[in-house]
Amino acid sequence: MASFKFKNVYILDTYSIAGPNEIKGSIKNYDQVITDYYFGMKTFEDAEEKMQQACLDNIISKNKIETKVDLVVAGELSNQLAISNDVMAKYQIPYLGCYSACASFNESLIIASNMIDSKKIKNAISLTSSHINVAERQFRYPIEYGAPKIKRSTLTATGAVGVYLSNKESNIKVTSATIGEVVDYGISDCLNMGAVMAPAAFTTLKKHLEDFKIDSNYYDLIITGDLGRVGSKIFKELLKENNIKLDNYIDAGSLLFKEEEFAIAGSSGPVTLPLVVFNKILKTKKYHRILLLATGSLHSTTLVNQKKTIPAICHAISLEVEDDLS
Amino acid sequence: MNKDDYKLLVKKYTPSEERLKNALMAFITGALIGIISIIIFQILTSYNIGDKEANVWTIIILIFLASLFTGLGFFDNWVAKVRCGLIIPITGFAHSVTSSALDYKKDGLITGLGANVFKLAGSVILYGIVSAFILAVIKVVLYG
Repeated sequence: MASFKFKNVYILDTYSIAGPNEIKGSIKNYDQVITDYYFGMKTFEDAEEKMQQACLDNIISKNKIETKVDLVVAGELSNQLAISNDVMAKYQIPYLGCYSACASFNESLIIASNMIDSKKIKNAISLTSSHINVAERQFRYPIEYGAPKIKRSTLTATGAVGVYLSNKESNIKVTSATIGEVVDYGISDCLNMGAVMAPAAFTTLKKHLEDFKIDSNYYDLIITGDLGRVGSKIFKELLKENNIKLDNYIDAGSLLFKEEEFAIAGSSGPVTLPLVVFNKILKTKKYHRILLLATGSLHSTTLVNQKKTIPAICHAISLEVEDDLS
Repeated sequence: MNKDDYKLLVKKYTPSEERLKNALMAFITGALIGIISIIIFQILTSYNIGDKEANVWTIIILIFLASLFTGLGFFDNWVAKVRCGLIIPITGFAHSVTSSALDYKKDGLITGLGANVFKLAGSVILYGIVSAFILAVIKVVLYG
């Protein structure tokens, strides 16, 4: 069974950095905001590295754990996880890199939580980042080309989030997880990632509810990562056809990049979900049990050019919050 | 749900593009570029430059302007707005080469800029030459 519970894994601290697009919406209170996509560096890749480093440094210095970090699990979008690998070369900390495209955040949380829960390590930092121009260069067109955006497409979010996990108690508990299956519903349009990922979100949610024998109302909030406005409509339709009720649902990507500001389907990128969860959802103090469904479109530009259909994955992780973050 | 049913569901919820608006926008901006070219051409010929040379100079000026504006960083915003109106004329070709060059210059002059400068324009050049060759052959066969 790919669903399991955690007994003593807690989130002690988080640090978020967001880019200029991310503050246009309703979320403004990030720990740090960068106004320049270069972040004072020479290349966009260096800028993304600097964001990851800032998260790591801040968490380490704030919690005074300079020599005590047992593990860093990092995930982002760059080929060969080049950004995370390069960042971790500057630290003497055991490191695991993971890739599930935009579901990398949940994958890193699952890996770290599992290690802590099984008492192999005491604490871990999960790092997630994405940078619009790094992703744009790698997956799409040159940045200055300004390829026209179409309504069903999404824009990659810029930012980095570090999450400090530990076996010491805090008000946010990581309670359970479901590892997703790769699903492929035959969509080959890499601009319509919501449509690619919606079946993955549906499959994982269904499995999660079945495995724990719970109703979707068990959670105060179910939040998907970056299905966008197109994908979340399809997701809801899939659930409806399978008689799964979903009243307490939002999509982080649709929330981060609002329709009024951006004439596209929403935000994508692994950092979308943690940016929204840690800077908005947890700070509203409204929700006690939250299920995070991080979805990832696992496409490679090579296979897309070879007209292959796009596989997708979704990992679920649930949090229980006693109070707000601050 | 099988894959065909799913495709129908996706189609139902995927917003369609405003093709007529985009086409109209491209038509107007394309025409504007045509008008600008004629103006440049007229100015050039008024300085006693021959028609043939004035033609070439007009194209060179458009290429220069598109590349300059790309380098200054605002041409991509124009392209994002009017789309094919700027992509189809020679300005689009110049813009695609310049934007690739800007993007890859940090990856090295040979491995980055050199290898990628025609990333987008390469197809235009290749199939332009191929079709020119085929048309030339047809012309020779038909008219000698």
